[in-house]
Amino acid sequence: MPKTEISAVRQFLNSRGNSAIADRVFHFLMVLCALSIFGIVILILSELMLRSSEAWHQFGFRFFSQTPAHDRYTGLPTYWDPVNGSFSALPFVFGTLVSSLLSLVISVPLAVGLAIFLTEMCPRFLRGPLAFITELLAAIPSIIYGLWAVFVLVPLLREHVNPMLVKYFGWTGFFKPDNPTGLGYVAAAVILAIMILPIISSLTREVMTAVPHSQREAVLALGATRWEMIRMGVLRNARIGIVGAVILGLGRALGETMAVTMVIGNTAEISRSLLANGSSMSSVIANEFAEAVSDLHRSSLIEIGLALFVVTIIVNAFARLLVWMVTRGAPARVH
Amino acid sequence: MGVGIEVTNLNAWYGTNHTLQDITLNIPANHATALIGPSGCGKSTFVRCLNRMHETNPIARVTGTVRIGDMDIYNDAQPVEIRRRVGMVFQRPNPFPTMSIYDNVASGLKLNGYKNKRSLDEIVERSLKNSALWDEVKDDLKSKSGASLSGGQQQRLCIARALAVDPEVLLMDEPASALDPVSTSKIEDLIFQLKSQYTIVIVTHNMQQAARVAEKTGFFLNGRMVEFDSTHKIFTNPSDKRTEDYITGRFG
Amino acid sequence: MATNATSFRSKYRATMDHVVTGLAVLATALVVVPLIAIFVYLLLKGASSVNLDFFLKNPVPEGESGGGMANAIVGSGVLLGIASLIGIPIGIGAGIYLAEFGRGTRLANAVRFTADVLNGVPSIVMGLAAYSLIVIPQRHFSALSGGVALGIMMIPTVARTSEEMLLMVPNMIREAALGLGLSNWRAVLSITVRTASPGIITGCMLAFARVAGETAPLIFTALGNAFFSTNPNQPIEALPLQIWVYATGPYEDQHRLAWAGALVLIVLIVLAVSLVRYVTSRGVLKGAS
Repeated sequence: MPKTEISAVRQFLNSRGNSAIADRVFHFLMVLCALSIFGIVILILSELMLRSSEAWHQFGFRFFSQTPAHDRYTGLPTYWDPVNGSFSALPFVFGTLVSSLLSLVISVPLAVGLAIFLTEMCPRFLRGPLAFITELLAAIPSIIYGLWAVFVLVPLLREHVNPMLVKYFGWTGFFKPDNPTGLGYVAAAVILAIMILPIISSLTREVMTAVPHSQREAVLALGATRWEMIRMGVLRNARIGIVGAVILGLGRALGETMAVTMVIGNTAEISRSLLANGSSMSSVIANEFAEAVSDLHRSSLIEIGLALFVVTIIVNAFARLLVWMVTRGAPARVH
Repeated sequence: MGVGIEVTNLNAWYGTNHTLQDITLNIPANHATALIGPSGCGKSTFVRCLNRMHETNPIARVTGTVRIGDMDIYNDAQPVEIRRRVGMVFQRPNPFPTMSIYDNVASGLKLNGYKNKRSLDEIVERSLKNSALWDEVKDDLKSKSGASLSGGQQQRLCIARALAVDPEVLLMDEPASALDPVSTSKIEDLIFQLKSQYTIVIVTHNMQQAARVAEKTGFFLNGRMVEFDSTHKIFTNPSDKRTEDYITGRFG
Repeated sequence: MATNATSFRSKYRATMDHVVTGLAVLATALVVVPLIAIFVYLLLKGASSVNLDFFLKNPVPEGESGGGMANAIVGSGVLLGIASLIGIPIGIGAGIYLAEFGRGTRLANAVRFTADVLNGVPSIVMGLAAYSLIVIPQRHFSALSGGVALGIMMIPTVARTSEEMLLMVPNMIREAALGLGLSNWRAVLSITVRTASPGIITGCMLAFARVAGETAPLIFTALGNAFFSTNPNQPIEALPLQIWVYATGPYEDQHRLAWAGALVLIVLIVLAVSLVRYVTSRGVLKGAS
């Protein structure tokens, strides 16, 4: 046994320091990385507030509520007039709300149905592929949905769906035949619905699987049918989380930019007809920011961005809390 | 060569749970010492206090003194320095899954900055021979991952990994409890061979195992050390009634 | 009478059960069929449009036929390179903090929550922030500003996936490392992170693929550039930006290029998502424990 050499190893190891300083530095760096996430939020907030101050001083809260001027010839309201420097975000807030809420109306029943099917009814061999497809669709970029919408969805709406809506629901006043393009709120809402469906559905599935099995068995043991089991044993227990999932979907819809920009029509108007062209908060930024004509114009666009940021932060935080109340562990992840 | 361990008034807590109470004992150098007792008696906590692994749990706390050789481990040194001198083998084999067999054995030296390639080769070979694994793995040292071995081989790999840093003390926390009988007897043979060079402390719930490998045995019960004596005495003529009850199987 | 009422009631319940099952299946079909249709349409349209010129040639002036997106592909590469330099190290660092140091602490919970919330912030807002932070002080659009916007977007995603992957490493591996007397930073980097590295790498790929398709934050940072450029201080073209411009233009040839670009993005994303799925389903630790 060449003992001397082993002692050399021993000596080497004993000579190594205790690396307390290196450990402390490493720990500090990792904490710094973690804190950077707060830093990003604060940075965005402060930068946007700084750059939107001009619009804020000029318009104050009226920026989101006023109708600044009327067209001299037509008498119609002009909300957004970069040339004359009068700005109101009203039509964009309206467009964002209408397209997002409409998209929820379309997507929520489908998403919940899909989640029920996947968690409670789906044969095992289909579950994996279906979950994979929804996961994949959540990862497809907005621009590609927009591309598809421009070339497939909009012509479809123009040729077939919109005329039907006018024919059968025209009497409500919400569907007027005066827009021949196929673009507009409905087109935006449909593409948004397709885009947020995977998010709502996968989160709903997550909260539904988080309902303990004993709850299902308890209801089944009382002689319930499968639907009664789902309704009383699963949905009732998961409802807060499902509401959270829906609100999270709303958060995505509010800020979705490219696909909406490509199909909403991009006019700064408020119209009662859902088939009319409009604009959303994000679409007006995407369209006008790079070519803003004045500092006030740019500042107004940044203020719209700031509003979007604050609203999505609040909506997302609220939704995460609701989901977390059901799943309890770390807040659920969206993929 | 191994060194002795002197433990004085050692107390340990998990949260508010007082898991070790006033333990005082001397563990002799270059012998095997077994710690027995029913599960939850504190014997695992005790060995984890000997290399300051206990305190890696944020809610854990320790008081008292432990001297290993000439070093007071709770006052004179940092945990890192102590753990380089006190090797540990855990209950379940835990080789590093992304590393080859060679890298597993060399990890303690390599990752502490040891660069001499040739002597590293020698040390790896010797450690694997000492842990009776060399003949089984010598052909695919660098091509196979540590995780591809069988459970018993993995545990001997972990022993080789601990031996490679030439520790003065080897702590073994129920090293054979997750293994089949054949692997268990290989591990026991190994302990028998190693104890002349290292101070070995082995925790076991298997009394026959303690009787086979250890010169000294301590009996733990409810966080206290009831009796510490030569293995022969403990198993044939214990002085405490509770020890006798335990080894004759009347409880636990 | 009583039995009649009971049988009516149970018939109603059974029918209700069938109706709901039917509705759920219908919903699934309504979701899945169009989604698959979108996907197949993209693949077909893209596959028929993509060719070697697409990868090798720069764009030609509007109205002329031919040309490709070489400058946009290289530009996207530059942007993603800058983004990765920012997003991956900081994201992994935050993930390490969450999984190894801050477990169960209030700070860690707050960081995790904020990261999830930040994930839902519209990407166009990130573009505005990068514009305000870099374009205004520098007085010109640049690849750098676009890269920063994308990098910031990567951080929360990388942080959360890294955390999840690190949490899959069993504690006994950490104990083995500490038991050898390794310093804490060594144990974390050379053992825990290395053990989880397949998962962490795929997580980074997913974040990478996701920002690769981002358009909104680039419109007023990277701006676009009709010429070949790799200079981070100049405006630069990006694949999604080019798709946007071409898709909204009137030329058939440009539409074709837009579809080809979409296909390239889709392939990148499908690869990343499948890899993540493969790695997580197999477990980070093949054969361990």
